[in-house]
Amino acid sequence: MITITVDGTRHELDVDPSMPLLWVLRDVLANTGPKFGCGQALCGACTVHVNGAATRACVLPVSAAQGKAITTIHGVEGPVADAVLAAWDQVDVVQCGYCQPGQVMSACALLAVNRAPSDGEIDTALRGNLCRCGAYQRIRAAIHAAAERLTGPGAGSGSGSVRGTAG
Amino acid sequence: MRKRASHGRRRRRSHVVISLAPAMKRRTFLLAGLGATGALVLGWGLLPPRQRITPSAPLPPHDGEVPLNGWLAIGTDGHVTAYVPKAEMGQGIHTALAMVIAEELDADWATMRVAHTGIDRIYNNVATIVDGLPFHPDDDGVIRRTMAWLTAKSMREVGVMMTGGSSSVKDCWEPMRLAAATARAQLVQTAARAWKADASDCTTANGVVRHRDGRTIGYGALVASATPLASPGTVALKAPRDFRLIGTAQPRIERGDKARGRATFAIDVRPAGMLHAAIVHAPVLGGHATRVDDTKARAMPGVRAVTIVPPLRGSTGGVAIIATSHWQARQALAALDVTWDDGPAATISSADVTRALETAVAADDGFAYHSVGDATAALDGAATRLDATYRAPYLAHVTMEPMNCTVVVRDDGAECWAGTQVPGLARDAIASVLGIDAARVVLHEQYLGGGFGRRLETDVIAQAAHVARAVRGTPVQLVWSREEDTRHDFYRPACVARFRAGLDAQGQLTAWLAHSASQSVVRAYARRHFDIGLPGIDKTQSEGSYDLRYEVPSVRVTHTHVDLPIPVGFWRAVGHSHQAFFTESFVDEAAHAARRDPVDFRRVLLANHPRQRAVLERVARESGWGTPTSPAPDGAPVARGVALHTSFGTTVGQVVELSIGPDRRPRVHRVTCALDCGIAVNPNHIAQQVESGVVFGLAAALNGEVTIDTGRVREGNFDTIRPLRLPEIPVVAVHVLESAGHPEGLGEPGLPPVAPAVANALFALTGVRLRTLPLRLPDSVPLPVTPAAT
Ligand code: FES
Ligand code: FES
Repeated sequence: MITITVDGTRHELDVDPSMPLLWVLRDVLANTGPKFGCGQALCGACTVHVNGAATRACVLPVSAAQGKAITTIHGVEGPVADAVLAAWDQVDVVQCGYCQPGQVMSACALLAVNRAPSDGEIDTALRGNLCRCGAYQRIRAAIHAAAERLTGPGAGSGSGSVRGTAG
Repeated sequence: MRKRASHGRRRRRSHVVISLAPAMKRRTFLLAGLGATGALVLGWGLLPPRQRITPSAPLPPHDGEVPLNGWLAIGTDGHVTAYVPKAEMGQGIHTALAMVIAEELDADWATMRVAHTGIDRIYNNVATIVDGLPFHPDDDGVIRRTMAWLTAKSMREVGVMMTGGSSSVKDCWEPMRLAAATARAQLVQTAARAWKADASDCTTANGVVRHRDGRTIGYGALVASATPLASPGTVALKAPRDFRLIGTAQPRIERGDKARGRATFAIDVRPAGMLHAAIVHAPVLGGHATRVDDTKARAMPGVRAVTIVPPLRGSTGGVAIIATSHWQARQALAALDVTWDDGPAATISSADVTRALETAVAADDGFAYHSVGDATAALDGAATRLDATYRAPYLAHVTMEPMNCTVVVRDDGAECWAGTQVPGLARDAIASVLGIDAARVVLHEQYLGGGFGRRLETDVIAQAAHVARAVRGTPVQLVWSREEDTRHDFYRPACVARFRAGLDAQGQLTAWLAHSASQSVVRAYARRHFDIGLPGIDKTQSEGSYDLRYEVPSVRVTHTHVDLPIPVGFWRAVGHSHQAFFTESFVDEAAHAARRDPVDFRRVLLANHPRQRAVLERVARESGWGTPTSPAPDGAPVARGVALHTSFGTTVGQVVELSIGPDRRPRVHRVTCALDCGIAVNPNHIAQQVESGVVFGLAAALNGEVTIDTGRVREGNFDTIRPLRLPEIPVVAVHVLESAGHPEGLGEPGLPPVAPAVANALFALTGVRLRTLPLRLPDSVPLPVTPAAT
């Protein structure tokens, strides 16, 4: 038996301990927020947080996630997640959207430890997240907008300076 | 009525000869129309936009919604659902089409929802097929117009429901506006009747009918309280100057669901009891399994069934395993012992492909898609002659969501969950694999995690139907690995082209000759989807070359189709994806040979093409063309390159600024874009699609290559097939020109100019002309050290 905690809920599962966390989430727990893109930690579509750190679920054996807090796009919350998701809406980042849960999870993990990342720091933190639609420029802009929401004079008020209308 | 009569006259006057074998299926005709202009069909019912309003069966009923026609329904709570026949694959089409409905309906934008239509002939894509006719864009003669009309007419009847060819807004623009305007008129008349008032005293805005005496009623309350009156005979469409929504920047309707992981892609569906399947294809393209020993695989945990999958819809054959989870199915694949039949591709490697194409270019003049004057004689008489050969490789689509499909086979039919650009063909594929009537297949369309032309194919859909037969009554989701996805694609064809040009003593272009060779995509597609062999021509491989806008006195553009056993398909921008690279690089070569500024040189050649010229001038201005560049952050000199290209009705000009890194790879810092796409429905997503096209095209220009080794594709996962990553992304600035023209394509036109703009900038920086994609600077070229101007 493997015991894991996903988005605050404990699950006791009869699965092969070497099964990657991604497939446990998607096929056993039917949590399809994290996506399959490559299976080799090359694209970031499967990104979740393990104890708060951005982690590629496709290469993490489920046994290694035991006793740790696993957060998926469906469970991510708090001021950082709120700021990131609001910025994502405001900048109208997504296109096909398939890579986006992974992008959002990587952005949240970055902003949790760095409230004012430079372009270079954003590039480094998200270089593992591919976007075939090329939404990159807006991803960068949205992370800056989220940082501003978190730290700027209007922090908490939900205002931002990047163009785009919500609603 | 007037329109119909004039079409009739035109038809009688034309001399297009049509001949049909009586036993051919109707669908055969449309493909004949696609590939050869001489084989179109007369005599089918005319279906102008008006007749595209009402489907043969009403929209499926939804609780609390009243459908007014085949394109929209109004909720009794006041929401409006736009029913769209187009797949949302990132291009923002659901938002754009909802805007078109909301505009003519005067709906409240905040209440708009989007749902997929069913499959019906009123939704068949006409625009793409009409665009597929091999006429030069400057030719607006009787024959061209007749052919366009005949094709549109026949496509409506038998055509294909399709999202592709950057055609969606173009295709739905008229019927959707008409449908919404008609519904609006119905609502006004219904309110007027209830008020015992005159409809001409009523106006509409934001989902409300208002009488001039001040009475109002919302659309929702109206449909809840009264049956809407029948549609009026005629309705007026808004003049573009009266648009309130179209032309404004609106965010994507589904953006929140996608960012929060709530949007369902085909790979995310989880029907009750679903099992998971994985597949291994024959290593050689076109091969198949002849024998499989599955003893070990069947004994592995979770495995439920093993099945040989024959080649279907153009796919390579393989073996699939069904298990309780995808991972278990994948583990078990490794335990299979399969004997493969390689098929004819086993003797082919990339070098053979290049040689075959080079031989075709050297030997044959090919089919002339465009010819003006005597280009050969003009070339002979030129003061300066240029002669250059260009090359482009095979490319894979690499959608982020790998190929997948979910099917359940039951005694009374089948149900399917898929992301597809061709729902009608998808349904047909399942029906034909299962040997049942297409009417017994229910298709649930999902968001597409990228399309780019890959999901115009139905291979994985047919495979899923085949695999699901092994566990009747249980849904099965077949998912390909990334490696399978890369290695069993339908590739953008490799292409070789020879360009020749003549300049007179004043540096004016007098002759332009282009001859290219590649496989035919239309022919391959027709074979795998309709089982017919097309003899004819395929303009999709010459487009971007034969439709040259530059005004050269004598021109000859030809293309030769070469048959090779490598599967080819429609890749984003199709022929434009490489022909624009060739053409816009070569025009740059001509400019330098004439010792002229590349922008000025082009401008002079566009005297009679004001739209193209305006785009060129705008991009030159916005990019600071002709002004000094500042060095890159690492101090390396920066140069600019320009390219201008029209595709799918839209003209895009781009100026690239780049330097070269210490690793000898180009660093693209900025791409300035200007475009004319007709009426800009949603400027926000226009910019987004151009940004997307630039990144996609840049990845192809710098990294894109699929190589073949004895019939096997070498590239596999993202370590060898390399889309761009965040640190490599330039700033992309997009400037949209005001235009009153019919809305044109957007999903693709941003892509073609970027590769030649990069190559032209590299030339400006190094003096070396790179004529082969992807662009790699030879080791012999010294890196520039002094700042370069323009
Ligand atoms: S699926 Fe995990 S990184 Fe690509
Ligand atoms: S939005 Fe499509 S892959 Fe990123």
